[in-house]
Amino acid sequence: MAGAATALGGLRGAARFEANTATRDPAWVKGLVLSLSLGFFLLFLLLPLIAVFVEALRRGWSVYLAALIEPDAVSAIRLTLLTAAIAVPLNLVFGIAAAWTITKFDFRGKQMLITFIDLPFSVSPVIAGLIYVLVFGAQGWFGPWLGEHGIKIIFAVPGIVLATVFVTFPFVARELIPLMQAQGRDEEEAALVLGASGWQMFRKITLPNIKWALLYGVILCNARAMGEFGAVSVVSGHIRGVTNTMPLHVEILYNEYQFAAAFAVASLLALLALVTLAVKTYVEWRASQTAQPGEVP
Amino acid sequence: MAHIRAHRVLPGFGLSLGFTLAYLSLIVLVPLAAVFLKTITLTPEAFWQTVSAPRVVASYRLTFGTSLLAAAINVVFGLLLAWSLVRYRFPGKRLVDALVDLPFALPTAVAGISLTALYAKNGWLGQYLEPLGIKVAFTPLGVLVALIFIGLPFVVRTVQPVLEDLDTEIEEAAASLGAGRWQTVWRVVLPTLLPALLTGFALAFARAVGEYGSVIFIAGNLPMVSEITPLIIITKLEQYDYTGATAVAAVMLVASFVLLLTINGLQGWTDRRAARNG
Repeated sequence: MAGAATALGGLRGAARFEANTATRDPAWVKGLVLSLSLGFFLLFLLLPLIAVFVEALRRGWSVYLAALIEPDAVSAIRLTLLTAAIAVPLNLVFGIAAAWTITKFDFRGKQMLITFIDLPFSVSPVIAGLIYVLVFGAQGWFGPWLGEHGIKIIFAVPGIVLATVFVTFPFVARELIPLMQAQGRDEEEAALVLGASGWQMFRKITLPNIKWALLYGVILCNARAMGEFGAVSVVSGHIRGVTNTMPLHVEILYNEYQFAAAFAVASLLALLALVTLAVKTYVEWRASQTAQPGEVP
Repeated sequence: MAHIRAHRVLPGFGLSLGFTLAYLSLIVLVPLAAVFLKTITLTPEAFWQTVSAPRVVASYRLTFGTSLLAAAINVVFGLLLAWSLVRYRFPGKRLVDALVDLPFALPTAVAGISLTALYAKNGWLGQYLEPLGIKVAFTPLGVLVALIFIGLPFVVRTVQPVLEDLDTEIEEAAASLGAGRWQTVWRVVLPTLLPALLTGFALAFARAVGEYGSVIFIAGNLPMVSEITPLIIITKLEQYDYTGATAVAAVMLVASFVLLLTINGLQGWTDRRAARNG
């Protein structure tokens, strides 16, 4: 790829293809493909995003703000923040441990371990909630024992946290594994040979190498943790002001035909999504900036 | 054993593997096993009766049918979008590129109510579609729209990097051998993209099959007509029919596992193909 770029006078990106007669599409083809793809983008991605904010502000700023500072909304926001504050660090530690095991050591069954880590991505969120009902619910494995000891997991906050941990399980590991695989083991091994302790090696070598991927994984994990609906809906019990997260609060308002209020809370979640995408774009840009000097021999 | 040990220069193997396995088992494997352990408490007849009830079968047809169709539509438009992003210069490209991932980041419930607002009878788009006799919200068509929304980035993001790494030399060679532009794209470029397109299709399909949040608002949830399988599980749970919910969940889980293995196989194919081309 670097060779092709230099051959065309250092053109990067799409210009490289448009300057080459062999890869250039006729103008009418470009026009057609662009209008089809951008039309689709506009209709299916941009319009739903715009609609959230327009509908949220339809009845004015005062209704918008009132919907956000109402006690049930505030408690939903607080519960969502609490859930993410527990689920994200747990999966962060897991992600680093899993990526460290998988990329720095050779052992049998590694491929199977990677498949298992991916499992929560392919399980329906509804089933993610159901499995914890089967384990901790009143009819479940530990239900009677928990009942005797007065511990409530299902239809309470611990169940919401567990379901969230499940659906966000692979995010950090998924970002770290390919990167750490590509980076190899040499730098860490060199640090140890030069006398660094395990912790020094991790802090001074590994962490700086993976920080951008780590940040991206955490951001994605957090977005999903705050936005999860299906899994949380199964285990929450929908008790207003107690076990309602923001997405569940949106659902309740919507079903009560309080559309402006529903969209107001939804707009906070949409803003979170936009911040997530902005950070992602920045991280990718940073990663490409740091990768480029390395490519030059 | 001794010589394997000798290769492990780096510290923390026992600790990180132990923690990984323990956490994976506690959070994922043991709770998932509960589905199958609960299912085998049913007699085969009772299980079959639950999972083949007409209302449940209608939900499979809707869920799998609309998911297939949505994934197929996303393959076509996802390819066009990836092609536009890699091959063309146009204003606003960075913004489009960043927003393609929106369905990954936007909570499903938000997407659900927003799509409903657009396609409801008096909604932004619904008010123009309704006089034409096209009802989207509260019909299977609404389910399709929601599944297209959540599946699109899977296709774009699997095809885009392959398209970016594609050597221009093979197109130059095809052109110099006298192939027309259309012939080159059809006979040379598309076959190279096939593994990535299939992977994107399978990922979008797998995600759509399990999708709940974005669908239930727009689907209308009419039994036998617009009721998806995940909603059947929820309904059974709300009626305290735990074994019934678990039986249907077991069917869906098996479908997910088959899809996951297919996707892993396809991704291996894509990677090998990329390695050969690069």
